[in-house]
Amino acid sequence: MSVLRTKQLTKKFGDFKALDGVNIEVNKGEVYGFIGPNGAGKSTTIRVLLGMLKATEGKAEIFGMDAWKDAVEIHKRLAYVPGDVNLWPNLTGGEVIDLFVKLRGGNPSTRRDQLIEKFDLDPSKKCGTYSKGNRQKVALIAALASEADLYILDEPTSGLDPLMERVFQESVAELKKEGKSILLSSHILSEVEKLCDRIGIIRQGQMIETGSLSELRHLTRTHLLIETKQPIPSLEDFPGVHDVKEKERALSFQVDTEQLDQVIKHISSYEVVKLESAPPTLEDLFMRHYESGGAEDGGEA
Amino acid sequence: MYKQMSSKTGVLSRFVLRQDRFRIPIWLLSLSGITLLTAQAFTGLYATEENRQTIAQTMVNPAMTAMVGKGYGLDDYTFGAMLAHQMLLFTAVTVAIMSILLVARHTRAEEEDGRLELIRSLPAGRLASLNATLIVLIGVNILLAVLTAAGLYALNIESIDLEGSLLYGAALGASGIIFAAITAFFSQLSESSRGTIGFSFAALGAAYLIRAIGDVSNETLSWFSPLGWVTGTEVYVNDYWWPILLTLGVSLILILTSLYINSIRDLDAGFLPSRPGKTRASAALASPIGLAFRMQRTGIIAWAVGVLLIGASYGSIFGDLDTFFEDMEIMKDLLSGLEGGSLTEQFIAKLMSIIAMICTIPALMAVFKLKGEEKKGRTEHLLARAVSRNRLLGSYMLISLVVGFVMLSLAALGLGAAAEAVLEDGPSLAAIYGAAMVYLPALAIFIGLAVLLTGLLPKLTGITWLYLGYSFFVVYLGGVFQFDEWVGNLTPFGHVPEVPIEDVNSVVLILLTIIAAVLTTGGFIGYRNRDIQG
Repeated sequence: MSVLRTKQLTKKFGDFKALDGVNIEVNKGEVYGFIGPNGAGKSTTIRVLLGMLKATEGKAEIFGMDAWKDAVEIHKRLAYVPGDVNLWPNLTGGEVIDLFVKLRGGNPSTRRDQLIEKFDLDPSKKCGTYSKGNRQKVALIAALASEADLYILDEPTSGLDPLMERVFQESVAELKKEGKSILLSSHILSEVEKLCDRIGIIRQGQMIETGSLSELRHLTRTHLLIETKQPIPSLEDFPGVHDVKEKERALSFQVDTEQLDQVIKHISSYEVVKLESAPPTLEDLFMRHYESGGAEDGGEA
Repeated sequence: MYKQMSSKTGVLSRFVLRQDRFRIPIWLLSLSGITLLTAQAFTGLYATEENRQTIAQTMVNPAMTAMVGKGYGLDDYTFGAMLAHQMLLFTAVTVAIMSILLVARHTRAEEEDGRLELIRSLPAGRLASLNATLIVLIGVNILLAVLTAAGLYALNIESIDLEGSLLYGAALGASGIIFAAITAFFSQLSESSRGTIGFSFAALGAAYLIRAIGDVSNETLSWFSPLGWVTGTEVYVNDYWWPILLTLGVSLILILTSLYINSIRDLDAGFLPSRPGKTRASAALASPIGLAFRMQRTGIIAWAVGVLLIGASYGSIFGDLDTFFEDMEIMKDLLSGLEGGSLTEQFIAKLMSIIAMICTIPALMAVFKLKGEEKKGRTEHLLARAVSRNRLLGSYMLISLVVGFVMLSLAALGLGAAAEAVLEDGPSLAAIYGAAMVYLPALAIFIGLAVLLTGLLPKLTGITWLYLGYSFFVVYLGGVFQFDEWVGNLTPFGHVPEVPIEDVNSVVLILLTIIAAVLTTGGFIGYRNRDIQG
């Protein structure tokens, strides 16, 4: 069952097409990673989904309701963390958290205090004195303390330190266990990789790839590091092999996943003494999209 | 040691000047300009000695004394004595405000935003930034003193002599310097720029209040206030210089203390404990309207005090109104077009239109606060939760309406109460209150326009201020310039019946209210259908 769905979502600002036919579907209990470079349209998509911006064309639905018309009804069951958290400098963090929770129609639960402790936030300080990371914590705690069915998180960890990032990841994993749905926009790829069931990549207002991590693997390359007794002649000419580099006596290179079998058969004839392989990372996938995209559009990006 | 801690003071001083290359000249020109213009205007307004003696009499009452200070030389009210009495204290307060804002801006605000850290990481001394700020501020205030003194003397007005003019300028400059020193002191004690500005303004307010109470009841008390020292110079009458020396001496002590504290404290640290705030939101805060009010509370209170004082100050001159106006052609022009009623009643009618427009300002600010919140990306927090756009805009509009009503009421009550105290047989408080309340529909139209623009064309909200400025111009000066009738009819304030000299015309008031409702509705529809920026 889909909790969130956009269909051919298009948003224009004047002549500028910020979103061009974006399709996203997030199912119940799913963590959907929404990745793309700055200015690709992630925040615009999210703001349309929240009913802040009116779609020029196409549909945006959450819980089967229209994101623009039924915003208030939808928001009763939704929690949101913006990427750039701006708070009222003369209110304390504790006050803002309570305010946010009450505005959703909930009551500050015991979860609030647990989260404050977990994220190590001093709620008695004015927001004006908070660093970016602490403001983000306020928004995160307010969102996580809410009983919601869908969580929309727009680059929620961009100001957090690695320790807090882990606390965040644990919290998301917990939500997932409870069967909540999450839309997580990010450009921290390891985070998306760790948390998300499915991924959508947006670039210049268009979704260029969607699927589960394993579905997208066909686009990726496996890193191999081998050492053989006999030198391998002209490996770089072998189909599917890229980026060959010599490292002391070893060779490091990347292999297209489809060609992996052929390559392994080929190198095994040179008496392998050491073989290390690293799984394809989202980073590679991301980079490859940029490379190919960059080549298509010439110097535009 | 001191030399090392002050390293790069010169560079930083120039940097401060570079940052404020527009701000400082604007302050200097407007502050010295207002003094010179007023002095010049006095010669036209009160040409004869008789005129001046008449106005001197209207000044002798506790309300005026509390506001502008004790008058000196009232029995021989020369232009100089008049200028020093009516203008010096207010100008000194404005100079103090300039100093507070400039010092806070270059000290604690820089530190809070982390810019000072960058500078300190360079080979600049620990005291360099504070030194530079104070040097610039002292320079600015000396320049102000010189400009004012030279300008006043150059006007060549009888009784505005060289020594008095120098002292007048010095009094302004000294009050600027002492409040720069006070702000520098608080910028070392407080941890935030809000705190610095807050404490400094509190000090200014306390100085004003102590002097007001002292001037009315016990003169010794006034000597505990730096503003009491300003009026204590008795410029153009007795020309006492020693209060200037006293001011500068105290400033020096404050500056040395600030520098000492600055030299021993950590970066970003304060000396006043920042008390922990509430960890829980009160029930009153946790709603869109509660939040909107909380964010504007301080501003609203300040405006409330302000309009009450404006009302009371106008009310306090009612006693001698008729003698006051007798010879003044300009007042007759201002009041022309008003038929019937006594001069006092005509004056009330005129005054109310002005007061109503002043009270429109905080009401408009209350609506436009929403736009400011949107620009800072904070409405998003509310709209992303279960808050509808109608409820959000409605909260701000409701606050605006209440603010408009409260301000108008306070101004009318202040005016009525003061008038009652000085007039034996004047209009009743109820009549004055009624004369104010008829302006509510016109005020509502302005709020409606503000809501309309916020909803439909948020980029053009400035139109509302232009329109209010236009209204002020045509209503206030309409009589002087003899405009055609349609010019005045373009503003809702031109349509309000001029109570108490006219009867209340309910048809007009209802029509105005309907227009306000239509504008508001348009604004709500627009706000529901537009994108939220941020």
